[in-house]
Amino acid sequence: MNPELFGWVEAAVALLLVLSGIFTLAAAVGIVRFQSFFQRMHPPALAFSFSSWCVTLASILYFSARREQLALHAWLIIIFLSITVPVTTILLARTELFRRRTHDAPSADIPPALSHDLPRPAPSRAEATEPRADR
Amino acid sequence: MSPILFGAIVFTLGCYVLAMALALLRLYRGPSAQDRVLAMDLIYTIGMLVMMVLAIRYRSSMYFEAALLIALFGFVSSMAMAKFLLRGEVIE
Repeated sequence: MNPELFGWVEAAVALLLVLSGIFTLAAAVGIVRFQSFFQRMHPPALAFSFSSWCVTLASILYFSARREQLALHAWLIIIFLSITVPVTTILLARTELFRRRTHDAPSADIPPALSHDLPRPAPSRAEATEPRADR
Repeated sequence: MSPILFGAIVFTLGCYVLAMALALLRLYRGPSAQDRVLAMDLIYTIGMLVMMVLAIRYRSSMYFEAALLIALFGFVSSMAMAKFLLRGEVIE
């Protein structure tokens, strides 16, 4: 590859890497500074999506330019991450909901559960007005 | 390797180290177990990003397998811990 063009490719790779570093740092600052868990769930998405995309694009660009053929194997990582990260996020969110409902004092900002675990006989009026005490 | 790319790699790795330290602070402080699992997940992801940056630094594609493995283990461990916190057991 001619050296001038390769220099531009290296500059683009450097820009992508710096962007990814800055966004990962922003994610870490967010996870330290935010107050509640539901707020803290959001900043790692920066690292999971934006930083990973930037680094993956940088490595695809760099290795494709170096070998002068398309090097797409880094794409596997971003595909794998985009499949697995929502699973972890949803499980953690459900864990927080579950633990707040059962372990702590019930607070008004937690939505009630949609599904009941066991079919139970129809409660009397006095029981129905009491807060739920499952499990 | 041009000095621009070298400087960018050093800067990026420095940012990653700082981010890992901050996530470690949350892992240490975190009031609930979910916070710790989330911080651990973030640390795993940053470790994977470090591997991919090192692949560019040393011009070797052997690092991609390591990055893929780190991503895999991070996902499995985070999911197992979240499942354990949710149900009290991992496999029902």
